[in-house]
Amino acid sequence: MAQPKEIFVKSERCLGCMSCMIACSVEHSPGKTLFSAIAEPVVPKSRVYVEWAPPAKKIPLVCRQCEDAPCMFACISGAISRNDDGTVVTDADKCIGCWTCVMVCPYGVIGRDIDAGKAYRCDRCPDRDIPACVHACPTGALLYETVPDYSKSMRQKASEELARAEGE
Amino acid sequence: MSFSEKTLSRSVDPATQRMLDVAEKEGLETAWDRYEKMLPQCGFGELGVCCRNCNMGPCRISPFEDTGPQKGICGATADIIVARNLIRMIAGGAAAHSDHGRDLAHTLLLTAQGKSGGYEIKDEAKLAALAKEYGIGTEGRTKEEIALDLAESAYAEFGKQEGFVQISRRAPSPRVELWKKFGIDPRGIDREIVEIMHRTHIGVDNDAVNLILQGLKASIADGWGGSAIATEISDVLFGTPVPVRSASNLGVLKDDAVNIIAHGHEPVLSEMIVAASCDPKLVGKAKAAGASGINVVGMCCTGNEIMMRHGIPHAGNFLQQELAVMTGAVEAIIVDVQCIMPALGDLCECFHTKFISTSSKAKFPGAVHMQFSEEQGYGIALQIVEAAVDNYVNRNPEKVVIPEEKMDCMVGFSTEAIVGALGGTLDPLLDAIKSGAVRGIAGVVGCNNPKIKHDEGHLELVKALIENDVLVTTTGCNAIACAKAGLLLPEAAEQAGDGLRGVCQTLGVPPVLHMGSCVDISRILTVCAAVANALGVDISDLPVAGSAPEWMSEKAVSIGAYVVSSGIFTVLGTVPQVLGSPLVTEVLTKTANDVVGAAFAVETDPVKGAQLMIAHIDAKRQALGI
Repeated sequence: MAQPKEIFVKSERCLGCMSCMIACSVEHSPGKTLFSAIAEPVVPKSRVYVEWAPPAKKIPLVCRQCEDAPCMFACISGAISRNDDGTVVTDADKCIGCWTCVMVCPYGVIGRDIDAGKAYRCDRCPDRDIPACVHACPTGALLYETVPDYSKSMRQKASEELARAEGE
Repeated sequence: MSFSEKTLSRSVDPATQRMLDVAEKEGLETAWDRYEKMLPQCGFGELGVCCRNCNMGPCRISPFEDTGPQKGICGATADIIVARNLIRMIAGGAAAHSDHGRDLAHTLLLTAQGKSGGYEIKDEAKLAALAKEYGIGTEGRTKEEIALDLAESAYAEFGKQEGFVQISRRAPSPRVELWKKFGIDPRGIDREIVEIMHRTHIGVDNDAVNLILQGLKASIADGWGGSAIATEISDVLFGTPVPVRSASNLGVLKDDAVNIIAHGHEPVLSEMIVAASCDPKLVGKAKAAGASGINVVGMCCTGNEIMMRHGIPHAGNFLQQELAVMTGAVEAIIVDVQCIMPALGDLCECFHTKFISTSSKAKFPGAVHMQFSEEQGYGIALQIVEAAVDNYVNRNPEKVVIPEEKMDCMVGFSTEAIVGALGGTLDPLLDAIKSGAVRGIAGVVGCNNPKIKHDEGHLELVKALIENDVLVTTTGCNAIACAKAGLLLPEAAEQAGDGLRGVCQTLGVPPVLHMGSCVDISRILTVCAAVANALGVDISDLPVAGSAPEWMSEKAVSIGAYVVSSGIFTVLGTVPQVLGSPLVTEVLTKTANDVVGAAFAVETDPVKGAQLMIAHIDAKRQALGI
């Protein structure tokens, strides 16, 4: 089985511009443009969140699509399942709005659609090759890679640092 | 009374804490709440690297060189974008101060023509001094004739195309020569602001240093031009301030009187509100409604203006404007221009308070607009005050919470008043500086900013300065922070070092001298110029330093720029939006020394900021051999 891609967060890169949030909202709006999205009667919602860790850190958080997803096991109505592509999805028809998934999610990245009475979360932008948030990030704080590729780049960076340290 | 940790973390001022407690319990939103909702603030904005100057953009430069764009679509680098954004802030600030000055020139013109409603020329000595400075004859002429010429000369400074701004020639000649050498001697006030807007248009000036030089030029036209005109003509029309006792903080509101807050910046409106509040018919009407009388208090800089000329009490500085309304005891908050939060509109909906806007330049959602005009100044002021009196019956006593805190203060140290307090000459001050009793002079000014605990930046810095024998001159929101903390009382000399304490006690003055509103920083420049001229040196040689511990406005950027351009080292207590450009940062904090003999430092710890200022003062003393 091919390695699926994940959204990785390099928090030291995040400037807190919230471009990811804007792009996510736009992607999940009917018109899929910024100027139509801001005029929608129902305000489009972002599935990615930028939190502030005082005094200076800005941390983007998005659904990790956990392999052993607590939300999926906790859902009492069986609304949460895993797609073929590995994303965890909530079936809105089955969701009864009990918010159990919200309680068990360790990242706090499940939202409540107050109008529909349903839970919502990152769907990895099924219509796009690269999720909108990753595409919008101007600093490379969000990456969309496979675990082996991401780990490889981390090993590369660690190797360079090690080499530099040994050279001194 | 015990307050939540959140409330205690927001301000050191007890009256502010009291009202923040009310806000928390009643669910009323303040600037502090909105600041928290704004976090995290956009890093591109914080770094100053976003550009919206053309419609190929918006562009922004990634601060990470390996990722993201390093140039805007036109090719502008971070250095160019940061420099352009910085000087556009200077243009905004210089425009605000200078338009204030223009309004005063307009009022003087109408008064000289006999067309203004209720204004008069109160200070003929100041009028004569300014006439002499402008080369206007006074022999055998009425004050109106002289004032007409002065008003026209002042007006002309704004639209002047060539030459120089007259008041800038108060600066020592080495300073003027230096401005000329680097091409930053302003030709006119409006021209330099317009040139900033031209240069920062797509595809014009793309040299960061050249851009910054134009920013300095426009700022000099503010400090030694627009702001100075505002100060000087205000003195002609309303009197040059002399030391007067007053009181400050929210406790100046009265639970049994019609409370009117004059908020904003210019004295043109607030002077008339003060006059109208003494109208016997209106006072009678207030009493008939069950009030003890009419209580006019100030807020922000227009409050400084009427406090230093009439001893009118002052309700608080910038971040206290919403809290004043939350007392539930304010019949009207009357505003003109600058630093008035649009949040007041929604807030006043929760209370009986009338939010009355008066300037065609400044309208607000939720405000009642009562257009003010200088021609009918007093008449309109009577209508505005009457609207407040009529609103007294709508006050809900159950909603009234007025903090007890108010502090006496001594205010109104104009340049003339300082010379007066010294016995008619600067010599005693010069002697005290030479002997070291007064180590140096600091100008501490500027706003409030929820990024720093309210008033703490101001007070910690000022206290550290006076403890080390640095005489502090203050204006604006710093002045009010000091007033509320008792630092504007002669008794505060006890908190000063031995040398400064002795000087203050001999003269009977506070160790922190209130010099007025934010345009009155021009008074501080005038004092510095006079001291430098008396010693035969440039301002940059003096043991002086400036600081804006809690600054936030564009006006503060312009002030910082003209203070540094005048040769005075300046410490900023909040980080300016320039760090995205290493070059601009280097120019402002280092290279500027090679051009104007002074530079900026950024230090968010107020005590460390004071230490930087003291170290600078000591270095200058050593260079002077004193």
